[in-house]
Amino acid sequence: MSQQIAPAHPLERRVLLEGFGLPNSWRLDVYEGQMGGYKGARKAMEMEPDAIINEVKASGLRGLGGAGFPTGTKWSFIPKNSAKPVYLVCNADEGEPGTYKDRQLMEHLPHRLIEGMIAAACAINSQTGYIYIRGELRLAIERVNEAIEQAYAKGYLGKNIFGSKRTFDLTVHPGAGAYICGEETGLISSLEGERGEPRLKPPFPAISGAFGGPTIVNNVATLAHVPGILLNGADWFLKLGGGTPRTAGTNVFCVSGDVKTPGFLEVPVGTNLSTIFNDICGGPLPGRKFKACFPGGSSSPLLRADEFDVKMDFDSVAAKGSMLGSGAIIVIDDSRSIPEICMRTARFYAHESCGQCVPCREGTKWVYTTLKRLCKGEGVISDIQVITDACNNMAGKTICVLSDACAMPVVSMLKKFRPEFEALCNPANERVTHLPKVSGELGGLLKEIRERQFNR
Amino acid sequence: MAYQFSPKVEEKFQWLLTRYPKKDAVLLPLLHLVQDEVGYLTSEAISYVGSRLELSPARVKEVASFYTMFKLNDKGKYVIQVCHNISCYLRGSDDILKKIKEVLGVEEGQVTPDGMFSVERAECLASCGTAPMMQVNVWDYHENLTTGKVERIIRDLKAGKGANPCYEKRIAEGAAG
Repeated sequence: MSQQIAPAHPLERRVLLEGFGLPNSWRLDVYEGQMGGYKGARKAMEMEPDAIINEVKASGLRGLGGAGFPTGTKWSFIPKNSAKPVYLVCNADEGEPGTYKDRQLMEHLPHRLIEGMIAAACAINSQTGYIYIRGELRLAIERVNEAIEQAYAKGYLGKNIFGSKRTFDLTVHPGAGAYICGEETGLISSLEGERGEPRLKPPFPAISGAFGGPTIVNNVATLAHVPGILLNGADWFLKLGGGTPRTAGTNVFCVSGDVKTPGFLEVPVGTNLSTIFNDICGGPLPGRKFKACFPGGSSSPLLRADEFDVKMDFDSVAAKGSMLGSGAIIVIDDSRSIPEICMRTARFYAHESCGQCVPCREGTKWVYTTLKRLCKGEGVISDIQVITDACNNMAGKTICVLSDACAMPVVSMLKKFRPEFEALCNPANERVTHLPKVSGELGGLLKEIRERQFNR
Repeated sequence: MAYQFSPKVEEKFQWLLTRYPKKDAVLLPLLHLVQDEVGYLTSEAISYVGSRLELSPARVKEVASFYTMFKLNDKGKYVIQVCHNISCYLRGSDDILKKIKEVLGVEEGQVTPDGMFSVERAECLASCGTAPMMQVNVWDYHENLTTGKVERIIRDLKAGKGANPCYEKRIAEGAAG
């Protein structure tokens, strides 16, 4: 079993997960009575919007969905006194392979998210919010819906919230199974009842987003951090982590794959990756050794075991050539084949490409099918170049970053574990396997063209 | 009889209309309600949803076919989806899929002759720490799977046990009912 309901490990620092595991932790009375909930939202009611934004800016809070954009700065892009309604949207379409923190927060502590949204709505003067939850997460949808009902009954949502003049309406919008809706403009398309296809930026959502209004899209964990920051101050949040705005706060990491005890844990930003693996997650499985890991979801470039000595903050992981991403760590041990993992990674992105942009739609499929052929032992040495070329023509050439998300890990695996890919190539497959059989005059012509190309 | 919303769906539909500034936006939640009621999105249901939202059937189908949760044909009473993504693979999802196919006697994408089950693969479903996992009818998660556990779940489903949303999670938390 995983450590899900287990008490906190001594090296953990639970802020977002505080109260996790308490009986009925998802009920308003428990959240308010036993965890001191809704004090942050009450405080926000007494603050000016700019003061809230400045406090969040000073805290160094960054988007925890994967991009790591400073949250306060994002909020400050919303035009003041907008003529159009301003929308606050929570991105709970958690789908990055390896990630499951938002699901846990919503199933167990939905009120922390709602409280965070109330505070964020005050900051950007929004009266309407949506929580876009992945459709498959039925329990999360149910719990958040129940929590919203309880909050309405208490006067924390709706008109005159907390006895103030403010209005804030909140609705759960269920997704229906599309990874691309986790991309903020894809999410907005989906919220409006369209296919979840991302849109070109600019205009950025903060200027023209959902229903044409200025829109802020924030991840679940990001919003859930806000009440604590308002209540305890930016300085408290800074000191929870490494003390600087680039290393502030705590982060929930989701560990999965080849470790003794997979599970999620909340530690100060900047905690060493080896500490997480060896001290909290119990090290590798018996008789095995760590080989590599994805430090931030399946779209992050792989780290080799000799690169595990890294502080888990945005800059330190970036310095190792990877990214902190969504905090999903997938561990791979020495019993595994990297090409197999690589093929499964590419398959995911090929499946989830929305199909709008050619480099992504075609590129992800080419990468996947070529890797599949390689894994079946039918590959040739030039396939490695085909994959590399395809990746080079995907990243940075499309509307959204899904193609980059496929190219980055694939390229890193080819670079760091190239001999494993080469070992799967068979010279006996060279040339002949991919040529369709064409006979007659046309066949002769094709043969000539091919030979010329090969001899160039 | 042409398809129409049941009174329950009609009530929720009217409520949904009050929650968005634009009518089209209720499409996704509405299709979920219809699918839950009908079992899958029939052509009739798609046309009817379109007529209620002043959208063409093609516009509704274009959206429905984009999302993996919407079923456009009958896949049996219980659709079992096994996650085959990295974390589940590392924890043995290949064996789980093999076992299910063996127990049911069908290949991926096929429906059992009695119309009860079908099995397919799915991409990551946010259960990576409790892998391997599968979901039944996109509403019941089964986690920390073993081949023995899979056999038991299928036996229970055949006997009509555990056939409701979030069943396993509720049992685990002692909150079933």
